[in-house]
Amino acid sequence: MSVFVDQHTRLVVQGITGRDGSFHTRQMIGYGTQVVAGVTPGKGGQVFDGVVPVFDTVADAVAETRANTSIIYVPAAVAASAIFEAGDAGIALVVCITEGIPVLDMTRVLPYLHERGARLIGPNCPGLISPPRSKVGIIPGNICRPGRIGVVSRSGTLTYEIVHQLSGAGYGQSTCVGIGGDPLIGTSFIHCLSAFQADPDTDAVIMIGEIGGTDEQQAAEFVQQAMSKPVIGFIAGQTAPPGRRMGHAGAIISGSSGTAAEKMAAFARAGIAVMKRPADVVALLKERL
Amino acid sequence: MNLHEYQARDILRRHGIPVPAAELATTADEARAIAARLGGGGAVVVKAQVHAGGRGKAGGVRLARDAGEAAAHAAKILGMTIKGLTVHRVLIAPAAEITAETYVGIVVDRSSQRPVLMVSAAGGVDIEEVAAQAPEKIHRLAVDPRYGVLPHQALGLALKLYRDLTQARAAADIMQRLYGAFYAVGASLAEVNPLATTADGALAALDAKIVIDDNELDRHPELAALRDSTAEAPSEVAARQAGLTFIKLEGSVGCCVNGAGLAMATMDLVKYYGGEPANFLDIGGSSNPQKVVSALQIITADPSVRAILFNIFGGITRCDDVANGIVQATEQIPLEVPLVIRLTGTNEDLAVAVLTKAGFSALTDMDEAVKQAVAKARAA
Repeated sequence: MSVFVDQHTRLVVQGITGRDGSFHTRQMIGYGTQVVAGVTPGKGGQVFDGVVPVFDTVADAVAETRANTSIIYVPAAVAASAIFEAGDAGIALVVCITEGIPVLDMTRVLPYLHERGARLIGPNCPGLISPPRSKVGIIPGNICRPGRIGVVSRSGTLTYEIVHQLSGAGYGQSTCVGIGGDPLIGTSFIHCLSAFQADPDTDAVIMIGEIGGTDEQQAAEFVQQAMSKPVIGFIAGQTAPPGRRMGHAGAIISGSSGTAAEKMAAFARAGIAVMKRPADVVALLKERL
Repeated sequence: MNLHEYQARDILRRHGIPVPAAELATTADEARAIAARLGGGGAVVVKAQVHAGGRGKAGGVRLARDAGEAAAHAAKILGMTIKGLTVHRVLIAPAAEITAETYVGIVVDRSSQRPVLMVSAAGGVDIEEVAAQAPEKIHRLAVDPRYGVLPHQALGLALKLYRDLTQARAAADIMQRLYGAFYAVGASLAEVNPLATTADGALAALDAKIVIDDNELDRHPELAALRDSTAEAPSEVAARQAGLTFIKLEGSVGCCVNGAGLAMATMDLVKYYGGEPANFLDIGGSSNPQKVVSALQIITADPSVRAILFNIFGGITRCDDVANGIVQATEQIPLEVPLVIRLTGTNEDLAVAVLTKAGFSALTDMDEAVKQAVAKARAA
């Protein structure tokens, strides 16, 4: 089993004919994801690679194919609009890969989805994968193995690094979720931890955070109060200078708040095993399982 | 992107907020002329325009009794360094007699996921200090972006700062206008500190700070044009033009990584093994070899770099593209420091073949690569 995506996921790809959208659609189909529709305004009626019908709007795609999940690969300038459209069409889970969406756009998008009961993962995220057959996003399928470890992360390639270590040591994953590196995101650590705690097929969770904000501190409190499964944590940015954005829009130490030290201390207080470096993950997991 | 005070004042003035007249000077003579014109023979304030907090404490804000003294102060402040940044401009404003100072600011709050209007009667000081020492002195309102700051909300907050209803109404109007400005320019922070009460009872924004969300700059070219590249390290300007995210640090191990999280973790691991990272550099998800060439140019231009570490986890990025970029770059730029390359993931085998043929060796383990880079930086 898994969280958020599984064999019932019926995916519509927004931006399916674009450079990134078309490449990753082929990867997702190859992995086994049910890609039931694509959307590119003006290209309705085409068939992508001879197998996926393309529609002008998400509403058309939902009406024709019963798509329940959407993934967004459109440019930043139109990405907020694409999320609104998915919410309007009744999509329950919207995953937005796009980086560079203005934060004020997100302050309008998030309540819009919330009022419709829809969940957003991202933006500025690699999406999610439930090995062996369901992938919504860009996480490389070949580094993942089916298994019982949940992974949740604000990062992309750092997640791959840690998943690679897990798979190499024989620890497969139930689901890996990239929640995104932006300051305002749709799904927090707590949402994911809560889903992993409830998932009967997840035994332990790896939580990969970074500098900036207080999501990790809040997640630590949640772990202490509401989780019985072991959690292993990592925080990137121990050497990051204050006041500088470290690539991710959300990765910034403001004043003395949001530092790696503060987050690692919160993890330790909550009983989370704290990795000093990514290579510690396997040893800590063995210790806690 | 940070705006200078004079740029922020212009934006607020355009949105109808009372901002006293002030003009920019780049020389002492200009400062004298402006002081004579605006000051009417009276006192003026000479303020360094630099992207650093604590300008006053650093001696970058001075009161001048007349135009002559304004010129003398400007001569001292222009060219001085505040927190590593050289002052190229000063703002000259008439000195006002102030009876009260408050704070009005708006930030995007990550927890409530909304813009939050913050006000305090404790104006004129660093609001972060107020937040740390006397958080009860700050009043907050999470703004619903569909409606903005509603009149009764603004007045309610203003009445916490002003007993006089006329002043409270004026402050409420300023709060609503500040929100309008904040939204119009796509700010992540906009503040007036202090919002001063002058001797005649009027309110005026004596200092302003605006930070623009970098993601807004594509749709606001007029704001992008306000960027002051002299306030950034030249290497960071070059990196931005090449489409790379680069932050210069003080160490000796140059880092070139794909992905921001992995780049931070790589820097941390350099430190873990006893080294110091020379930079943060994310070459992004693109496999364009030209980006690798630009990255190496920027890293090798830093004289404190003693070894260069590549850490690539190929997912979308193809390792062979990065390997080709490294080979091309080293053909163009002869390397004077040792290079340690770690590549794993998509097309790793092809990458190793490309590198081996060019005389480089490649590792697949991150810890091993970092250890070697730290040792080589030490030995150099």
